[in-house]
Amino acid sequence: MAANGSSNGTLNSAIPDGPIAEKWTNHKNNSKLINPANKRKYSIIVVGSGLAGGAAAATLSELGYHVKCFCYQDSPRRAHSIAAQGGINAAKNYQNDGDSVHRLFYDTVKGGDFRSREANVHRLAEVSGNIIDQCVAQGVPFAREYGGLLDNRSFGGAQVSRTFYARGQTGQQLLIGAYQALSKEVAKGGVEMFPRTEMMDLVVVDGHAKGIIVRDMVTGEISRHAADTVILATGGYGNVFFLSTNAMGCNVMAAYRAHKKGAYMANPCYTQIHPTCIPVSGDYQSKLTLMSESLRNDGRIWVPKSADDAAAIREGKKTAADIAEEDRDYYLERKYPSFGNLAPRDISSRSAKEVCDEGRGVSATGLGVYLDFRDSIERLGEDTVRARYGNLFQMYEKIQGSNPYQEPMMIYPAVHYTMGGLWVDYNLMSNLPGLHVLGEANFSDHGANRLGASALMQGLADGYFVIPATLPNYLADQVPGSVTTENEAFEEAEKAVTDRIEKLLSIQGERTVDSFHRELGLLVWDKCGMSRDKAGLEEALEKIPKIREEFWKNVKIPGTGESLNAELEKAGRVADFLEFGELMCRDALNREESCGGHFREEYQFTEEDDAVKSGYTNPGEAKRRDEEFSYVAAWEYTGDDTPPNLHREELVFENVKQSVRSYK
Amino acid sequence: MNALTKAISQFWQSSIGKKLVVAITGAILVGFLIAHVGGNMLIFAGREAMNDYAYFLHHFLHGAGIWIFRAILLGAFVLHIAATIALTKQNRAAKAESYEHEATNIASKSSRIMIWSGLTVLAFVVFHIFHFTVRVDPELAGMKEPSGRHDVWGMVIVGFQKPLVVLFYFVGISLLCSHLSHGIASIFQTLGWRSRSSSDAINKLGLAISIVLWLGFLSIPLAASVAGFGTDQLEATVTDVAETAPEKH
Amino acid sequence: MNLTLKVWRQRHANDTGTIETYEAKSIPEEASFLEMLDIVNEQIVESGDEPIHFDHDCREGICGSCSLTINGVPHSREKGITTCQVHMRKFSDGDTIWIEPFRGKAFPVVRDLVVDRSAFDRIVAAGGYISVRTGSAEDANSLPVSKDHADASFDAAACIGCGACVAACKNASAMLFVGAKAAHLNLLPQGQPEKDKRVLAMVRKMDEEGFGNCTNQYECEAVCPKEISADVIAKLNRDYAVAATKEAFT
Repeated sequence: MAANGSSNGTLNSAIPDGPIAEKWTNHKNNSKLINPANKRKYSIIVVGSGLAGGAAAATLSELGYHVKCFCYQDSPRRAHSIAAQGGINAAKNYQNDGDSVHRLFYDTVKGGDFRSREANVHRLAEVSGNIIDQCVAQGVPFAREYGGLLDNRSFGGAQVSRTFYARGQTGQQLLIGAYQALSKEVAKGGVEMFPRTEMMDLVVVDGHAKGIIVRDMVTGEISRHAADTVILATGGYGNVFFLSTNAMGCNVMAAYRAHKKGAYMANPCYTQIHPTCIPVSGDYQSKLTLMSESLRNDGRIWVPKSADDAAAIREGKKTAADIAEEDRDYYLERKYPSFGNLAPRDISSRSAKEVCDEGRGVSATGLGVYLDFRDSIERLGEDTVRARYGNLFQMYEKIQGSNPYQEPMMIYPAVHYTMGGLWVDYNLMSNLPGLHVLGEANFSDHGANRLGASALMQGLADGYFVIPATLPNYLADQVPGSVTTENEAFEEAEKAVTDRIEKLLSIQGERTVDSFHRELGLLVWDKCGMSRDKAGLEEALEKIPKIREEFWKNVKIPGTGESLNAELEKAGRVADFLEFGELMCRDALNREESCGGHFREEYQFTEEDDAVKSGYTNPGEAKRRDEEFSYVAAWEYTGDDTPPNLHREELVFENVKQSVRSYK
Repeated sequence: MNALTKAISQFWQSSIGKKLVVAITGAILVGFLIAHVGGNMLIFAGREAMNDYAYFLHHFLHGAGIWIFRAILLGAFVLHIAATIALTKQNRAAKAESYEHEATNIASKSSRIMIWSGLTVLAFVVFHIFHFTVRVDPELAGMKEPSGRHDVWGMVIVGFQKPLVVLFYFVGISLLCSHLSHGIASIFQTLGWRSRSSSDAINKLGLAISIVLWLGFLSIPLAASVAGFGTDQLEATVTDVAETAPEKH
Repeated sequence: MNLTLKVWRQRHANDTGTIETYEAKSIPEEASFLEMLDIVNEQIVESGDEPIHFDHDCREGICGSCSLTINGVPHSREKGITTCQVHMRKFSDGDTIWIEPFRGKAFPVVRDLVVDRSAFDRIVAAGGYISVRTGSAEDANSLPVSKDHADASFDAAACIGCGACVAACKNASAMLFVGAKAAHLNLLPQGQPEKDKRVLAMVRKMDEEGFGNCTNQYECEAVCPKEISADVIAKLNRDYAVAATKEAFT
């Protein structure tokens, strides 16, 4: 087997026939139906209660299915969808500014750097409007104009205003809407809710996903749950980097367990780095905080032109105010004159890394750039700036202890979202029959880079509108209740889970779980973060197994498995990150091109390229290789000691022409 | 009717239901106190005015008025106490375990001793009724004007010549007003008439009423005992020790 | 900085529990309060003991998981923040800090500083929603909502369900939480059809769960990380009075 695995077979993405704009309608018309009397005979497991999982569980219960919903938090209302600030896109064209389903589709495909599946993205754009209708009817208090109609804003560099928002808490309000719908179904008895319960493994019976093994996080009890189908809506894997804007509990365990049971993991190297986060300040740091991207509308990003000045700032000998105007490098404005400080996320993030790598970073660790409001305050007055960003400035001051009205903010990019995930077909079903994957946990809609305000849209589209329509295509062929927890596959899976916990607890080594997680995180951030190269990825692939090996010999977990045990929970998750991280680096090594959130240093535009000579793009920009890499890389697990198999899903662009992204 | 009974029972059982009972009965009692202090001020207008007023109270609606009035007050009083005791019991149960390190952010002292100020006021009211309404003290009960009417004015002045009585009135009235300083504003909140914009005005109103009542009620015992108000006119009272029963007209 | 921590330790729900003392040494003042606990926990684990358990997740003040009573005040004395947003620079070298769980009979301790707040979920399930089947909604702009109502509704909807209101109340009353949910929905035209039913059901559930009664001290408002106004309690009282009266006479 080759180092990067071998390719075999093609994946059937089940894309319906017909013109792009008719595919979803045709598909719904041709999808199977289950009559209402039969629906209640089917049981469905939903893992995760965020926007995708919560919306799916509520809607499927409304339809009459029996749903069991699991989440690790103490309440479904706490899923990490809640932290999304900016907004949710929808092609409503309420602003009459020329928006349409086609435009949202086009922008999303282009924004994803032509690495997403056209048919899925078009469907996403089609249902986007229904999401807003649904959420408003649920009582989500979106921002309104004085006339009482819904307000929109432009977000993430979009040329139309299609983003609906609820102050800086859009994710929270949408999640509460879904949570309330879920609660209504819980009260009716359609959904059985299992909070503080973690999925430990997927159970596969005769090649179909038919159940899960879970651990009650309070009592430690391991139990089996069987169903006619399993839906994973368990979010992304950003915490493989240890430091990210994800919640502390976000993990890859459910998705990775499914991967090990046969589900393909697609494009794990596509990770999004958000440019405006509060920089790391020390080793004790547990997570990173995102500052809304809207700050870039009025803030100017800069570092000193000379590394000496930057060093003086880092040592506290100089402050930002000591740097004269002509000694400042507003590098985004310099490199991207037309987009300036609003350049897309991946581009601004990489530029920040570049200047810091040159020794021009200004925070104590050297990894931070200025986001300066001095000119805006002069131009608009402090009151206007306060009205626009007051709450963000306050948040910054609380965390950093410095006043952004007087000193520039310091920001640095941080891992924020992961575009990769379990491979799914048009029905959102994995290659493993019976396993459906929604939201950030799947790979399908964002390609190599996600646009702002599209994550909420995708989670809710999958949960409210897609899965309820596509699930019967699988379920109708299943005999309801045909698999029970008596099946020996459950026996085996449960034993494997219990053995793993016992093994973890029996190690009793010297190092804490966090110390391993931190070590892994630093390594993948360094080698598989904002920019990657062959040598670095190979180094990571060599080191990760060693960390993993030490983990299994030297981790220290106090306490028992029979009670709430935070260290044990973390250990299980970190153990999976230690395997997943390797897969992520392998995928990054395999993808010998730069696209979206995946930047390979070997593949960038140089002075030699025509696109640079013509002035269309800059040297140093990401260079895709469409001929060779216009495919989804879906990895098949083959064993702990054998490299994964690569399966390719070729991407076909019939409606959007692949072009070089230029934001010059 | 069954549905109505059920609704009333549910209303009483609910936390907000009992709170509404406390607020409405509280409002009635506050209204009474305001009228009461107004009437009391007639003490300073002299014996004639005060005794005329007392006579009027006892005779309007052919003497039925005062009993209707007393029934309403008693009802409000009993409901107020029953509801607050029930609420307090529930509240204690709801916070079975408290903090090892206690701290308070903004709650006023008055608001934190409502049940104790309330129960002390209950004791005070019982004393006050026996003192001036039932008149268990034969000396006070037998005080008459030359015309034969009961001399309320004289009774009050004489009643406040004992330092211990004045002290108890001072404590009782002070706790009553502490109770009201939180209670009056609370009436607005519980009835749903308070908002962030009006809260300041409502708090001030509650405090102002409490202070006025405190000054008004305490001015009489202090005037009679410390300043000796009215003591020089007491000889005009005819005291008939033999007749101990309260006046019935 | 060096600190002395007085921490509530309780192995499980039926354990009696006690305050234990820990020394937190060399804590960077840039660290957050929870990072300070992470540091202490790492040392506890290294010494072979079980770490101090506490709920936490997003660590940016929005998920509502973190729930510590710091020196007797839920989420600390600083206004408008959650526990995870408390930073160590607010403390001084040598301070003694008391750390206890959110208290209330309806919030039983699960372990150490972790409490069970599922009573809130049951109150929402009793009526804290608008019944709208997925796919049945009409166009979002077909129902204009005045900006004032939308804003007021949002103010109430900002609740993160952390339970600090209950923890701060000497009666462990959930009125601010229930009032916020009721106000969020009752202020919107979409919420009108189920308004009375919602208020009655949620209040009854709240009572059944063993929360205490509001005695209008506004400690809840003072500690609410989203600074939700006790106006929502006044509104709940009013809505309840109307709903209960209607129920009695229909």
